[in-house]
Amino acid sequence: MSAMTQRVGSGPAQGEVVLSLAGVHKRFGAVQALTDVHLEVAAGEVVALVGDNGAGKSTLVKVISGVYSPDAGDIVFGGRMITVGGPAAAQALGIATVFQDLALCDNLDVVANLFLGQELRRGPVLDEIEMEKEAWRLLRTLSAKIPSVRIPIASLSGGQRQTVAIARALVGDPRVVLLDEPTAALGVAQTAEVLNLIERLRETGLGVILVSHNMADVQAVADRIVVLRLGRNAAEFRTEDATTEQLVAAITGASDNVVAARADRHRQADPTHPEAEL
Amino acid sequence: MSSTLDPTSSRVAADVADERLIQDRGLGGAVASGWARLRGGELGALPVVFGLAVISLVFYSQEATFLSSRNLVSITQFAAPIGVISLGIVLVLLLGEIDLSVGSVSGFAAASMAVLVVNKSQSLWVGMLVGILIGTAIGSVYALLYTRIGVPSFVFSLAGLLAFQGALLYVLGDQGTIVLPIDSGLREFARDRFLTDVQAYVLLAVVVAVYVGSQALAARRRRAAGLTPPNMALVAVKGVLLLAGLGFLTYYLGIDRGWGYLFVLFAALVVAMDLVLRKTRWGRHVYAVGGNEEAARRSGIKVGRIYFSVFAAASTFAALGGILLAGQLTSVSQSSGTTDTNLTAIAAAVIGGTSLFGGRGTAYSALLGIMVLQAIQNGLNLMNVDSSVRFMVTGAVLLLAVAIDSVSRRVRSSSGRG
Repeated sequence: MSAMTQRVGSGPAQGEVVLSLAGVHKRFGAVQALTDVHLEVAAGEVVALVGDNGAGKSTLVKVISGVYSPDAGDIVFGGRMITVGGPAAAQALGIATVFQDLALCDNLDVVANLFLGQELRRGPVLDEIEMEKEAWRLLRTLSAKIPSVRIPIASLSGGQRQTVAIARALVGDPRVVLLDEPTAALGVAQTAEVLNLIERLRETGLGVILVSHNMADVQAVADRIVVLRLGRNAAEFRTEDATTEQLVAAITGASDNVVAARADRHRQADPTHPEAEL
Repeated sequence: MSSTLDPTSSRVAADVADERLIQDRGLGGAVASGWARLRGGELGALPVVFGLAVISLVFYSQEATFLSSRNLVSITQFAAPIGVISLGIVLVLLLGEIDLSVGSVSGFAAASMAVLVVNKSQSLWVGMLVGILIGTAIGSVYALLYTRIGVPSFVFSLAGLLAFQGALLYVLGDQGTIVLPIDSGLREFARDRFLTDVQAYVLLAVVVAVYVGSQALAARRRRAAGLTPPNMALVAVKGVLLLAGLGFLTYYLGIDRGWGYLFVLFAALVVAMDLVLRKTRWGRHVYAVGGNEEAARRSGIKVGRIYFSVFAAASTFAALGGILLAGQLTSVSQSSGTTDTNLTAIAAAVIGGTSLFGGRGTAYSALLGIMVLQAIQNGLNLMNVDSSVRFMVTGAVLLLAVAIDSVSRRVRSSSGRG
């Protein structure tokens, strides 16, 4: 076991809920973006958040990461009711967000990017050696394939950049990591690399919230799948119980289609079927 | 159970454990990786140093006095004040912004200082302090215009270029020219004070010792941290080259007057700025904001404060440069800090290798760039070439420098060096 596991191990026990949202409402002018949304994530669990465009995924991510404050609703983090004052406050609490556009500085090297805004110092001077050492430790715990931490970000592949962005989220020692569309712009091999990374985050006992459009990715790594539709919780599946058809139906809300009709019949016949949870 | 997988405890240093990394050992390796960097478009200071050598040879072949000790001393002395102004330009360019008004600001600050000292009989220190603070104040106003109102730097500095030229004329009134008194300390500092041979060699020894010592210290800490130490053979070679190069220059300039206080001040400012940019959090954040402002903001960097400090520092450097220039020329006149000063300072930063697109460049580009421009100006003066030709040559050099920057940028992006 790596050093990171030990650190995180001092936090919540595996399986304990670290972040839960209940009754979250958010309104922009005439648009009710989120209505009574709930979401839970436990330590060592990957929860996928899926939904069509405009379903409220991004709004929910921004509520959790402190960019928006909800109009109503409770956010409980590590057993305490919290209000997230802003992105920096979220980071300080232990909620790290990897945004879709990564937000890396191409002209700086990997170490500089990992510690950007939270550089380690010895007196007034940057402590490059300590930062480099810590950078290698972080990358190793993610089993990341980065040839050197002293090359500019510009020379890394898309997957390697994503790796750096995820590693950066871990610098503040968070308990929950939000990943917004981490595989959106990646090729097959790089996507697989990032999925490995997500599994590694789970193994280290972090709660992971994964926002994605890609059903295959979601089904590959998520433990639970939460579907949002038109700003409401539309469905929730355990991944091993969900078929792609069921997911698509829940996302599109095509309740009168064949898939839904089958689900209805199952629900009446077998109350333990996943869709019966609804 | 953690020890086996702990990366820092393995026998191989953590930063070379990846087998895909091409490793260069020893001096040969250092040469090889340097060559690879060049081919990848990371030219660094090489084009400028090469250009400086070519310029020297060309002028030397035309006019042998160009490389005389006396002439080199005068090149260093005349390069210094505008070099100080150029240092501020480097900062602004690192953010991808521009300040077109540094010349006017330098003239206005110098005129304010001269009026206070000569007409209002204030002490020199008061005059200089007020002049420099005027620069800081102007930069602060620029920063507010940029961060609060969103005026582009091109526009507000163009406005400043005109406005402070007007302010210069206003402050000078109907006097036209103010001559600094002959016993003025500023005049003496900028014109007549030179390091003695002993002082120069001691300073040289200290500089080389600090360089090698800090590298050795870093090597020890890196080894203790389980990382590869810097190549000590390479450090030794660099140290010897530094010692030999600066030693020869010191000896050669010493035949005439030696290193002027003015140039030593400029060089010290360059070194200090380089250290601040590379070794402090503020410097790191300047590069970050210049590279990707949005990323910097999301990382919690106070982007507004970075802009504020950089614009304020740039105008402060401009004011200081203007005051030093006044000392060197012994007077402030209506033409102080006009177009020539302005464009020379900006061109020097660019020629020295600071990118116009932000996030790339070093403090040393101000030093190298101004040496190139001053060498050209001086050489053409020696050859009695008209100033019309001088402007054209300077323009061509600037164009060449930017072209080299653009080409190396393209090579960099195709070879993955950003």
